[in-house]
Amino acid sequence: MNKPVDANQLSESETGRASWQREYAAGGGSAQAAHNRSGIEVKPLYTPQDWSGDYDAELGYPGQPPYTRGIYASMHRGRTWTQRQLIGLGTPTDYNARLLDLLAQGTTAVSLIPCNSVFRGYDMDEVHAELLGTCGVVANTTEHMEQCLEGVDLARTSCAMNDPSPFTLLAFLLATAKRRGVDWRAVSGTSNQSDYLSHYVANHMFFRIALPGARRILTDHVEFCNRHLPRWNPMSVVGQHMQQAGATPAEAMAFTLCSAIQYAEDCQARGMAPDSFLPRFTFFFDISVSLFEEIAKFRAGRRIWARITRERFGARDPRSWRFKFHGQTSGVDLTRQQPLNNIARVTVQAIAGILGGLQSLHTDAYDEALSCPTEFGARIAVNTQNILREEAHLTDVIDPLGGSYYIESLTDAMEQKILAVMGEVETAGGMYAAVEQGLVQKMIGESARGIQEKIESGEQTVVGVNAYRVEEGKGERQALPAPDPEKMRAHIAAFTAFKAARSQTAVQRAQDGLAAAAGNPQVNLFERVVEAAEAGCTHGEICGTLRRELGFGLPLVMV
Amino acid sequence: MTTAPPKVLVTKIGLDGHDRGSRVVASYLRDAGMEVVYTPPWQDIAAVVKLATEEDVDVIGVSSLATDHLIVPKLMLALEAAGLKDIAVIVGGIVPDAGEALLLEAGVARVFHPGSALEEIAAEIVRLTGARRAANV
Repeated sequence: MNKPVDANQLSESETGRASWQREYAAGGGSAQAAHNRSGIEVKPLYTPQDWSGDYDAELGYPGQPPYTRGIYASMHRGRTWTQRQLIGLGTPTDYNARLLDLLAQGTTAVSLIPCNSVFRGYDMDEVHAELLGTCGVVANTTEHMEQCLEGVDLARTSCAMNDPSPFTLLAFLLATAKRRGVDWRAVSGTSNQSDYLSHYVANHMFFRIALPGARRILTDHVEFCNRHLPRWNPMSVVGQHMQQAGATPAEAMAFTLCSAIQYAEDCQARGMAPDSFLPRFTFFFDISVSLFEEIAKFRAGRRIWARITRERFGARDPRSWRFKFHGQTSGVDLTRQQPLNNIARVTVQAIAGILGGLQSLHTDAYDEALSCPTEFGARIAVNTQNILREEAHLTDVIDPLGGSYYIESLTDAMEQKILAVMGEVETAGGMYAAVEQGLVQKMIGESARGIQEKIESGEQTVVGVNAYRVEEGKGERQALPAPDPEKMRAHIAAFTAFKAARSQTAVQRAQDGLAAAAGNPQVNLFERVVEAAEAGCTHGEICGTLRRELGFGLPLVMV
Repeated sequence: MTTAPPKVLVTKIGLDGHDRGSRVVASYLRDAGMEVVYTPPWQDIAAVVKLATEEDVDVIGVSSLATDHLIVPKLMLALEAAGLKDIAVIVGGIVPDAGEALLLEAGVARVFHPGSALEEIAAEIVRLTGARRAANV
């Protein structure tokens, strides 16, 4: 590497480089190698020597394969990203009030986060009442979904339901649309986080149903959506859970692409043609504060997915090749210490996502390290997006970092790293097998521990935590109060009354139909879930029946 | 006089499954030489009490990221009812200031927030174990 320099034999540019190297060292430039979160070495300077790729083959134009520069020709100049704030709290009427407030402020789509009791597959009367509505809305029936979406035009507003197999919230939404006379063909949105493997890996939600059952219902639900919901995206493949659980950005991208391959293979095995389901695949990622690494992660991911869909699945429709993704700024990067600093972190994360070419964005509120966001925190989060779009004009130029020696070199390096991790998963037999064996969980656990050790050793600064600490008064940290217990009690009482008043015969018939379908692989199980929702069955009843028939998902113990 | 290392139960009760914190802490404590009994998330309070009895742990560490700390007072009552008041309970994770007051009131020995050093958690467990064993001789 460090050959003696003979200035007489060097070109002008090489002379410049040699003299820069000398001045860099003399000027106190660090000789120590820096590494990003994915473990890629980052040099102090990038020049044409670092990227000599083929523009057309590796970058191309936006909207053209391999989509490195973006999946649409006009990108954010044509249609800006969707401002989709994930919200959920309290009772359905609490949720509705917060939702209408955010829609009035510029949020353009609905994203519904249910209570942890719902994630676990239970009704409100099956869990500790103290925990109801503290992290999501307590929605157990079609009636609750109607209340949540009061005043929202279902034919015009995209609705993301954060709810994996058996997708009861989507069933409640469809029942609501039917009651309001809205044609299902007009209903748009995403079965957000429908990726059961990521839930299983990261344990973010309790795995309601054992892996084989969840796998079947997911595929049934994709088939159902293909038939009845042309504007719905049933497949949301999630890297966010895994990165939040500790995966590096490269690992998170690799695991997500492996999951997407697994789901595509499952759909194919069911007889669906790739071009019928791939255009409805969407991705959901975490955006950390590691700015350039995140941008490169997204650019590399787009390129790999375009290659997989075309070469591995033989997809012909360009819509199948496009890597559509929602980004959420990383909560793990936020600190409880001096929480207002989180506004700066979220801003950097959001810039990374926007310059990375996302289609939809959730910005965390600065107070999410303390509790569910307060209204004040949620407003700043929405306005962070408004500022970046309309004051900083981040939408003016498509892929503005494209062609940067650093970004292109880093995109290539991230691509290699991602492909290497994907190779490990493929060797294990694909994502389903790798998760069953605990391989993915183990890798994530090791990365999480590695990050923690870097923070504790001071190698990675976290402002306010291991550096720049100040004494803080308790009053500076305002957390969202727990939902009004009186309102929650009334919500439970109304639920009990609802259950007593509905047609018990219709409920029983629907439950029997569900149980029978669970035992018969020829029947589309999600169709029965929708019927059960329409018949007045509750979330807990539907999940309970399926748990009984298909088995309970137990987590692997991994330390 | 026993010099056995502290025995710690690392667990999560309630509804949330975010287990990054409990896994990182458990693996650190184990590497630090402690005897660690680790459970996956979503344990029932009764199951935690049973495990604490059977394993005769010195300290119970409860991780809470999404408001599950709100039922820790119920765990404290259940431990007391089972005659396990001498086991120290510590809580780590996202606990707002008001929640911390609630927990300390209920008898929790210490609440660790995001940003706490693993070393600090380990030192507190050593201290609590020493206090428990000294009281029980």
